[in-house]
Amino acid sequence: MLEAHNLGQEYGGRSVLRDVNLRIEGGEVFALIGPTGAGKTTLLRLLDLLELPAQGKVYFDGTDVTSISRERLRARRRMSFVQQKPVVFTMSVFDNVACGLKWRREGDNVIRQRVGAALELVSMTEYRDRNAKTLSGGETQRVAIARALAVQPEVLLLDEPTANLDPVSVSKIEEVLEHIIKENKMTVLMATHDMSQGQRLASRIGVLVNGRVLQSGTPNEIFTLPESREVAEFVGVENILAGVVVERENGVVTIELDGGRIEAISDYDIGEKVYALVRPENITLTLSQDVTSARNTFPGKIIKTALVGGLVRVEMDCSFPLLSLVTKRSATELNLTAGRSVYTSFKASAVRIIKRWH
Amino acid sequence: MEELREGFFKAINLIATLDPEVVNITRRSLAISATSCSITAAMSIPLGSLIHFTRFPGKRALVSVIQTLFSLPTVVVGLLVFVLFSRAGPLGDLSLLFTPTVMVIGQVILVMPLMLGLVISALSGIDKVIPETAISLGASRLQMAIITLREARYAVLTAVIMGFGRALSEVGLALMVGGNIRGFTRTLTTAISLETSKGEIELSIALGIILLLIALAINITLNRLQHRYGE
Repeated sequence: MLEAHNLGQEYGGRSVLRDVNLRIEGGEVFALIGPTGAGKTTLLRLLDLLELPAQGKVYFDGTDVTSISRERLRARRRMSFVQQKPVVFTMSVFDNVACGLKWRREGDNVIRQRVGAALELVSMTEYRDRNAKTLSGGETQRVAIARALAVQPEVLLLDEPTANLDPVSVSKIEEVLEHIIKENKMTVLMATHDMSQGQRLASRIGVLVNGRVLQSGTPNEIFTLPESREVAEFVGVENILAGVVVERENGVVTIELDGGRIEAISDYDIGEKVYALVRPENITLTLSQDVTSARNTFPGKIIKTALVGGLVRVEMDCSFPLLSLVTKRSATELNLTAGRSVYTSFKASAVRIIKRWH
Repeated sequence: MEELREGFFKAINLIATLDPEVVNITRRSLAISATSCSITAAMSIPLGSLIHFTRFPGKRALVSVIQTLFSLPTVVVGLLVFVLFSRAGPLGDLSLLFTPTVMVIGQVILVMPLMLGLVISALSGIDKVIPETAISLGASRLQMAIITLREARYAVLTAVIMGFGRALSEVGLALMVGGNIRGFTRTLTTAISLETSKGEIELSIALGIILLLIALAINITLNRLQHRYGE
């Protein structure tokens, strides 16, 4: 439906996007995730044809729409883009939502019916006659979404639809988005820096870091099988240990780290420089060296603990640094405090090994 | 002092009794300025939008030139128009010199830079996301320009009213190309200039008061507009 071919953009000689190749299929919900400043907004702007790319091409429904002005308008009229900080026009909520339809020269009846439906979808019906400029941030966001939906786009682009909003507005907007995704056969491309939002809403995810798409796949693939250090960092793999493969037997490799050896399931060759990735929630803490099926067990000392939502983040020194996430309850039961000696263990299958380039 | 007070009361009397001469001059002055102002607005709003929304080399220089011409001396425009329309000039055959038409032409030239510049800055004052939002919602370039102008409507209206004020209050141009012909090209400002030199202080004061009242009315309208829409 929407394709980026070697897309690149630069501002004042500084490259913000490089060699982006993306293919978004009709009907899918694609989340573009990445840290702030990674180039997500730029990519969306290029795909919505608001900017001309420095390199590469944009294909909409198979047609190259990169530079011919008439093609651009035609393609743009089949898409809608909700910007990160949407602005409303100084007119009523109804007129704001009707704008796109008027520009497409739809009749009054169509406008009334579609605007009504769009406002209902975002539960803003009773605001229809209010001056849109007087709305709160969350309400403005909902009007912007209604305005984008009223034109019944084939492709909906959303840039950080819930950034800078209070939690109540966030859940309301996510509810609306879930509804649209379920109801319509619309292709949705959303940018977010919130990994979990991508997981919740998207069928496919692309990770954009420093202007490059480093990996794309299903949320599960991205979450459990990151292919690079940057992606691993972004999806919350907080234990990233550099090492070298020193043994390999029956699909199990031993990695020599700076300060220890761990076992993992992998088929990298001996001598290969690698990163061992372990999600902190997969590391168990015990007070005695129990007999477990986990192949990796290390004694260590707690350096620091901190509350993260309902979980406790435990930083340990096991002659190499390790991080674990445990429930509040087990933290209390085990009396996990700084200075305490513990045993950490994790299964060989909980370790993901990726190639290290330097 | 005595003369001034007497002049003032006579002036009030002239206005209160709707003296035909006073009414006539006021109406003509308003008509000429309103005409030139409308023509200028009809030209400068689209032209200003075109300049604002198009990228071209030398754009910044052009905007500086326009802004410099805000203070274009009225007599310089008067000279230019006089030379163009005088009998020996390139447009002399039209025999327009000393007619209201040529005054309107002169005022259009005089007011154009001011209105154009203010229209451009009115559009620049609008958040860049506005035109972009319009584009992303499927607006053509023209539809985008219209909605942005609509968002800037009070600032654009201010530009038009400022232009009207400049046209109404200038005297050099009207005197040079209009000729201050009684009942034909005599306006509020040229009449004040002439009557004062003739010593007819009361008529001058009456016309001066009217000029100030018009300025006051314009100002109140502007303030109200800006206040009401919080811009």
